[in-house]
Amino acid sequence: MPKISNLEELKKLRDKSIAETAARKEGRFRVIIGLGTCGIAAGGRKIMEAAMEEIAKRGLKDVSVETTGCIGMCQNEPLMDIVRPGEPRVTYGNLKPEDVPRIIADHLVNGNVVEEKVIGRPE
Amino acid sequence: MATFRSHVLVCGGTGCTSGGSDKVLETLREGIKANGLDKEITVVQTGCHGMCEAGPIVIVYPEGTFYTHVKPQDAKEIVAEHLLKGRVVERLLYKEAMHSEAVPHYKELPFYSKQVRLTLRNCGYIDPDSLEEYVARDGYQALAKVLTEKTPEQVVEDIKASGLRGRGGGGFSTGMKWMFCAKSPGPKKYVICNADEGDPGAFMDRSLLEGDPHAILEGMAIGAYAMGADEGYIYCRAEYPLAIKRLLKSITDAEEAGLLGENILGTGFNFTLHVKEGAGAFVCGEETALMNSIEGKRGMPRPRPPFPAIKGLWGKPSNINNVETWANVAQIMFHGPEWYANYGYDKSRGTKVFALTGKVNNTGLVEVPMGTTIREVVFDIGGGIIGGKKFKAVQIGGPSGGCLTEQHLDLPISYESLTAAGAIMGSGGLVVVDEDTCMVDMAKFFLEFTQRESCGKCIPCREGTKKMLDILIRITEGNGREEDIDNLIYLGTQIKTASLCGLGQTAPNPVLTTLRYFRHEYEAHIREKRCPAGACTALITITIDPAKCVGCTKCTKACPVNAISGTVKQPHLIDQDKCIKCGACVEVCPFKAIDKK
Amino acid sequence: MSTATKDVAQVTKDIVAPWKGKRGGIIPILQKVQHEFGYLPDEAMVTISEETKVALAELYGVATFYAQFHLKPRGRHIIRVCRGTACHVRGSLGILERVISELKLHEGEVTTPDLRFTIEPVACIGACGLAPCVMVDDETHGRLTKDKVPDMLSKYE
Ligand SMILES: Cc1cc2nc3c(=O)[nH]c(=O)nc-3n(C[C@H](O)[C@H](O)[C@H](O)COP(=O)(O)O)c2cc1C
Ligand code: FES
Ligand code: FES
Repeated sequence: MPKISNLEELKKLRDKSIAETAARKEGRFRVIIGLGTCGIAAGGRKIMEAAMEEIAKRGLKDVSVETTGCIGMCQNEPLMDIVRPGEPRVTYGNLKPEDVPRIIADHLVNGNVVEEKVIGRPE
Repeated sequence: MATFRSHVLVCGGTGCTSGGSDKVLETLREGIKANGLDKEITVVQTGCHGMCEAGPIVIVYPEGTFYTHVKPQDAKEIVAEHLLKGRVVERLLYKEAMHSEAVPHYKELPFYSKQVRLTLRNCGYIDPDSLEEYVARDGYQALAKVLTEKTPEQVVEDIKASGLRGRGGGGFSTGMKWMFCAKSPGPKKYVICNADEGDPGAFMDRSLLEGDPHAILEGMAIGAYAMGADEGYIYCRAEYPLAIKRLLKSITDAEEAGLLGENILGTGFNFTLHVKEGAGAFVCGEETALMNSIEGKRGMPRPRPPFPAIKGLWGKPSNINNVETWANVAQIMFHGPEWYANYGYDKSRGTKVFALTGKVNNTGLVEVPMGTTIREVVFDIGGGIIGGKKFKAVQIGGPSGGCLTEQHLDLPISYESLTAAGAIMGSGGLVVVDEDTCMVDMAKFFLEFTQRESCGKCIPCREGTKKMLDILIRITEGNGREEDIDNLIYLGTQIKTASLCGLGQTAPNPVLTTLRYFRHEYEAHIREKRCPAGACTALITITIDPAKCVGCTKCTKACPVNAISGTVKQPHLIDQDKCIKCGACVEVCPFKAIDKK
Repeated sequence: MSTATKDVAQVTKDIVAPWKGKRGGIIPILQKVQHEFGYLPDEAMVTISEETKVALAELYGVATFYAQFHLKPRGRHIIRVCRGTACHVRGSLGILERVISELKLHEGEVTTPDLRFTIEPVACIGACGLAPCVMVDDETHGRLTKDKVPDMLSKYE
């Protein structure tokens, strides 16, 4: 532990620590990846990694990355859902890792649904 | 520390550790590694959640899934199902006692949803061994603010305005106490944390020490600044090895980070902190006895005045507060006194942590705003009485406290309301008893405790409690006399007024309140030689109902003294001369044919 | 015997050394000595008194005041049966009786003749949620029943 010798340094440590424990706060923005047997077989893990990478790269805060089991749309796996506060949940399907950054950027960050990849709106 | 998608929190408190949470943690880590998830999921050991009975407890974030009674083999399933495939392991979810419905989320548990966790906010949520995690929860911000923006006088004023009162029993205004010590001439002063937690059946201080040690350090540093002290002691009972370990680690970390020690945060303020291990004497929880003990003497109370604020540890002005009191300080300074004073009722502000134990469905630590009713605590949060039995009383305040009955269920909890009803807030032990508990036996139990722990310095306490105990023993053995009740009241009142310290001054309370509300039970013991609850062994007889007994012989095998005879498939008989009334037969009888009265 | 005595004195001296000239050392010294020998041997008490210039009577005064200190040898394992309120209400007396009968202790005895166990009732070990509880050495056993006692004891040799 480096020495904290003034307020500025304490504040810096705080910001860093908050980011590192953010997963424990219910994020207001949620990315949900299907990781049932079929999801994993279809490459869900890669989607998850891509999502995490993109979130880290953009330094997004207040986003939780969750996983879910099979939701019965196995033919469309890998699946990823995006939830923005106060907006309906949107399910994307047949994803490739390269699709992820665009969905994160357009939808999660800017609120524009990437229609061509949407396969459903569960709620 | 790095950023992880998911955090798996494993409780490492005393309760869960005794249930094997260490192994659970290890299994989770191994499983996560074996599945290549160790870059995205981290496992964190936390302090006590206050729900030890459901332990070991595991929580998976970001979902907030709350798993209970987790064994190592279950940990494997959590990895394979939840972490790998995102499927919640239903079987391990918390089941609500009343509806046996599975509750997936932490926040939705009735046990937690009705609580207001200010003091306990970090317990079970952060890794107590990590200074960073405490800082992430605004830790040490209050200290920084105080040191740079406030004068010591302003801090004292803020604490006064918050309405905070001592959580160690007395309920004295913390701000006033600080003011006395601050006004005492320096230069050398001490602040002390009372972590002796002697009240049997209470464990809120343990939980705080184990689950959020930095909050206590920060509170003490703020107090030291306000009162002009540069040295502090935490006096912790030796029965809490884990708490001591965590305290020592947090002190070392805080020193390394420059948050304790010399020139804190570059402001020129110095504060060093030591931990002293108690040596097993209840009376050392009394503040003057505690200081004697730190000085290496017999832990006997000193007469007051002089008060510690004038002449305390090593003759220097000192201020002593309870763990829970200290744990509130940083938050009050961070959010402001108005924020804190917003919670509460009448002259009791803020929240109070209770250790809810005994015959309730959900035992554990419960933090509620002052003014919450006993009913809400026992029935809404506690989930009612085990086995649907009848509520009889709550014992509040431990050996210095008293029993409250059904008629008090809607009493809003505050220092004043409890005292008026004959109990005290005490440290916050709240023991629920049902129809099977004998109130005379309960009073005897507490008096045995205080009698044993009396330090012997003053006569009313040493001899008086002994006399009272003799009478109680006599009553529970069926040798009570008509005048005994009056004598108990007379003795009790005398001891209360004439004793030197709080131990003797409060020792008769359990007897006096049970006499006040359950006098009929004493009378039944004395006049009819009968224990209405069927608890006092000398007064009960165990008999077999021949109409119900089918002669299964289970009781014959269970009896340790061969007092039961009979042939198979024929009603059995208990030889009353041999019977030691242990009740072993009652427990094994599948037909409820054995009666204990 | 003589070598053992020398050891006791020497070890005790080493424990006292860092406290020389400092205040408040008596209890930590006694704690360390007891940790070393399992109890407070007379020899050690005399040494502490000589080294710290604290009267022997005062030392014994402190040692007998606190439940934690023992003047007689103790068992290899310490069984602390909780007799706190929460445990009492959930039947800890029965547990205590069962432990005593399992260890075949006679009235007034606290240590088994083979020095395997010493039993001591304590008031609350802070695991009230798991009442009734027993602590063997540093390990807490919760949610006990009388029948679980033999199993629990068999783990300690
Ligand atoms: C016999 C006896 C035992 C006590 N035990 C404790 C204890 O275990 N913990 C505690 O904080 N206060 C205990 N107290 C109260 C302390 O004397 C003191 O009032 C308290 O630590 C002050 O802190 P507070 O103002 O924050 O409550 C005890 C008092 C008496 C008379
Ligand atoms: S120790 Fe785990 S909940 Fe209390
Ligand atoms: S009463 Fe037994 S652990 Fe607290």
